[in-house]
Amino acid sequence: MSGVDQWALIGVAQTTLLALAVGGCLTNRRPVLIVPLYALAGLACLITLIAALGALLTAAPDAASRLVLPVGLPDIRSHLRLDGLSALLLVIVNTGGVAACVFGIGYDAHAAQPARVLAPFPLFLAGMNLVPLADDAFTFLVGWELMSLASWLLVLADHEHADNRRAGLVYLSMAAFGALALLMAFGALAGASGSYTFDAMRAATPSPRIAALAALALVLGAGSKAGLAPLHVWLPLAHPAAPSHVSALMSGAMTKVALYALMRGLLELTGTPQWWWGGILAVIGGLTAALGALQSLTQNDTKTLLAYSTIENIGVITAALGLAIAFKASGQRLEAGLALTAALFHALNHALFKPLLFLGAGAVLHGTGTRALDRLGGLIHRLRWTTPLVLIGCLAIAAVPPLNGFASEWLVFQSVLDATSLAHWEMKFATPVVGALLALAAALAAASFVRFFGIAFLGRPRDAAAADASEVAPSMLAAMAGLATLCLAFGALPGVPLDPLMRVAATMVDATGAMDRLLLGQGEGRTAWLAVAPHGDVTAVYAGLIAALGLAALTGLTVGLVSLASGSRPRRGPAWDCGFPDPRPQTQYTAASMAQPLRRIFGSVALAARDRVDMPAAGDTRPATFTSTLRDPAWRYVFDPLTGLVGRAADRLNALQFLAIRVYLSLMFAALIGLLAIVAIVR
Amino acid sequence: MTDLAFDVAHLLGALVLTLSFALLYQRRLTTAINVVAMQAATLAAAAAWQAVTRDSPHLFATAAIALIFKAAAVPLLLHWLIRRLNISGTVEPVFGVTLTMGLGVGITGLAILLVLPITAGETLLLREDLAFALAVTLIGPLLMIARRNAVIQVVGFMSMENGLILAAVGVKGMPLVVEASVAFSVMIATFIFGVFFFHIRERFDSLDVSRLEEMQGERHG
Repeated sequence: MSGVDQWALIGVAQTTLLALAVGGCLTNRRPVLIVPLYALAGLACLITLIAALGALLTAAPDAASRLVLPVGLPDIRSHLRLDGLSALLLVIVNTGGVAACVFGIGYDAHAAQPARVLAPFPLFLAGMNLVPLADDAFTFLVGWELMSLASWLLVLADHEHADNRRAGLVYLSMAAFGALALLMAFGALAGASGSYTFDAMRAATPSPRIAALAALALVLGAGSKAGLAPLHVWLPLAHPAAPSHVSALMSGAMTKVALYALMRGLLELTGTPQWWWGGILAVIGGLTAALGALQSLTQNDTKTLLAYSTIENIGVITAALGLAIAFKASGQRLEAGLALTAALFHALNHALFKPLLFLGAGAVLHGTGTRALDRLGGLIHRLRWTTPLVLIGCLAIAAVPPLNGFASEWLVFQSVLDATSLAHWEMKFATPVVGALLALAAALAAASFVRFFGIAFLGRPRDAAAADASEVAPSMLAAMAGLATLCLAFGALPGVPLDPLMRVAATMVDATGAMDRLLLGQGEGRTAWLAVAPHGDVTAVYAGLIAALGLAALTGLTVGLVSLASGSRPRRGPAWDCGFPDPRPQTQYTAASMAQPLRRIFGSVALAARDRVDMPAAGDTRPATFTSTLRDPAWRYVFDPLTGLVGRAADRLNALQFLAIRVYLSLMFAALIGLLAIVAIVR
Repeated sequence: MTDLAFDVAHLLGALVLTLSFALLYQRRLTTAINVVAMQAATLAAAAAWQAVTRDSPHLFATAAIALIFKAAAVPLLLHWLIRRLNISGTVEPVFGVTLTMGLGVGITGLAILLVLPITAGETLLLREDLAFALAVTLIGPLLMIARRNAVIQVVGFMSMENGLILAAVGVKGMPLVVEASVAFSVMIATFIFGVFFFHIRERFDSLDVSRLEEMQGERHG
């Protein structure tokens, strides 16, 4: 496909999205428009997806197609660029976009004010598509802010709840902070010449101090959007507050767009990276992953649980990205390529299974009307189609082979093992710690999703809402089924997505031509996609298809043997009374009780988790109560002191608002004289 | 440039600065207005002299604007206002005259310290002219904060603007439109101040701007 065709397709699709936002405003009065609007938005995403796939699969690895639009600031205009990394991001965003649109058809049909979702929703998609395409700082920031503001409106779609309004406020402040940090980063990179195109930034060689400052600002700006600790506090508030298909996009696609900014910025725009940037990023990633997984384990709200799990996965990807930067700075290109491939693959996989799980949580919410785990249970009997799809998502995110989550996390750990070859002793000490944190996070995440699936879908209903749950619309199931199929396919055949990802990563770390070794036997006439071998030999090989077939064979054998031994038909009879003395569903494990051991072991220190039992004295008739509290360390150590400081400073500065005109004049005059005196003295 | 041309231009620039100092110790309202009118007239003379010696006729327009508006129209307006409001008399400075004058001398020193190194390589006239102009521009706001009376604040504002024009006439190639727009903005400002005088006078029976502080509404924290 030629470059012109791709731009034409993308242009038509994005213009359609912008036009749909206008149509979305009308849906309050004309609900009949909802279905065609979602269908058209889905079609626009599909067209962009096809164009991006074409660019990703057919283009030469370092070929980039450019386009300069005559809109934007005078003399600057809008520079667009489509290369491997942008194409990958478009694939990630629009895969989620198609699924969310298909899901939205069924989900939004009965909403009270559909325009609150449908007006910003196409803008959100367009913003996320514009950011990866942008090739100058202005276009980038316009796309970034479009994405932020549209998603902020979507967070506030259900603004009647005070929690959602608070989430919107926290999100907006964090988004403003992030955009400001990015602005600073681009300002530092543009330098005195003020050339804001990325091409000029790539060509420039900033001084180490400026580059480090820009890198710091990039990590703050993009990291706050991605959800890196301690800037993650808005994410578990905002992601669940939006409608489920928007949550799916925010977690699946928007965090990836933020990571894209990090990759583009740190690997390309800031000149040659320093090894310690990567080290710091890897440690932040490890801490984020562990904190996210631990928090995810303790949540009672299904969507908050998933949002914390997003933080965990962002941590994993960031750790791999940090390793890639450290490797690149040390000149170990092959290892850098592997680490970046792992980061990209996990980003792609997370963009498949996290939307799947959010859509699943949306289906549960749609079917039962509740997000509280403690009110669910036994949904496997009511949601017969949703359950297996959610189970696939849970297995994938828990990194169970042969699903895609395992393949990418396995690659990340291979990179961590590679890091022993880094020369700096700090990295030699830090990487095993990062590896341990990632391993802890993986284990906690697995526990978290056992708990999620077990409490919500297994056992008996804890509440009438769960007992009367109804299966969701076919379009919603179709969206989930599509994502689940991709999870299975990428798990069984990881070589298929890895091949283009490897080429993208190789371009980013200048390892083109040396990166063939990732797929076992490539270039020697053997089947490349069958097995993944990061070291090029048989020291570490993962063959997803063989694992899948083997596991399927073993499962089939076990099921066959069990059914052979137990007779053909399941029977239902009375439960054995000594094992089942109390039929009330309250006697089951609850969400809180299942998390309690891990919450006590890890949470009492990391999350300040406290359990308090208030037991009335004998003869007292008041009920006994159990309260469990925990507080995110980011709030405790960063944001609570910060908001306190701002509040106190504002109280003090308030006096400045009530001075006499003459005092204001004096202050201005004194400031002017002071500055002039500094100029006179310093020069 | 002949010695005479330089000497006269230098004299006029220094005279503008000296009149700024005269404003700083002046306590009588009517005299302060007269001094600022004299300053504007001196400025007009400086502009006209530049027009003659540099052979740039558009500076005559600058001189005319300064003479008509700032040396005649605005001072007459202010005199009329004072008569109308019946507030002639003396104004007590906020700081003592000695301190005010000391600050003025300090500011002039700072202006010279700032301008002379920056303009190294330019003509002597331009450098000293700019130093004087910066000093006059900075003494204007000093006057505004050193008095509580609203009329003196207008006078300080006009004096500041005189400094700007003095800088403008010293530099070659400054287009007339800049001076015209500055003069226009001073006219507008004077009218606004006039309306403002009537209002605070009506309300507080005084032109002491510190009375305005009572109008700032409820104080918090």
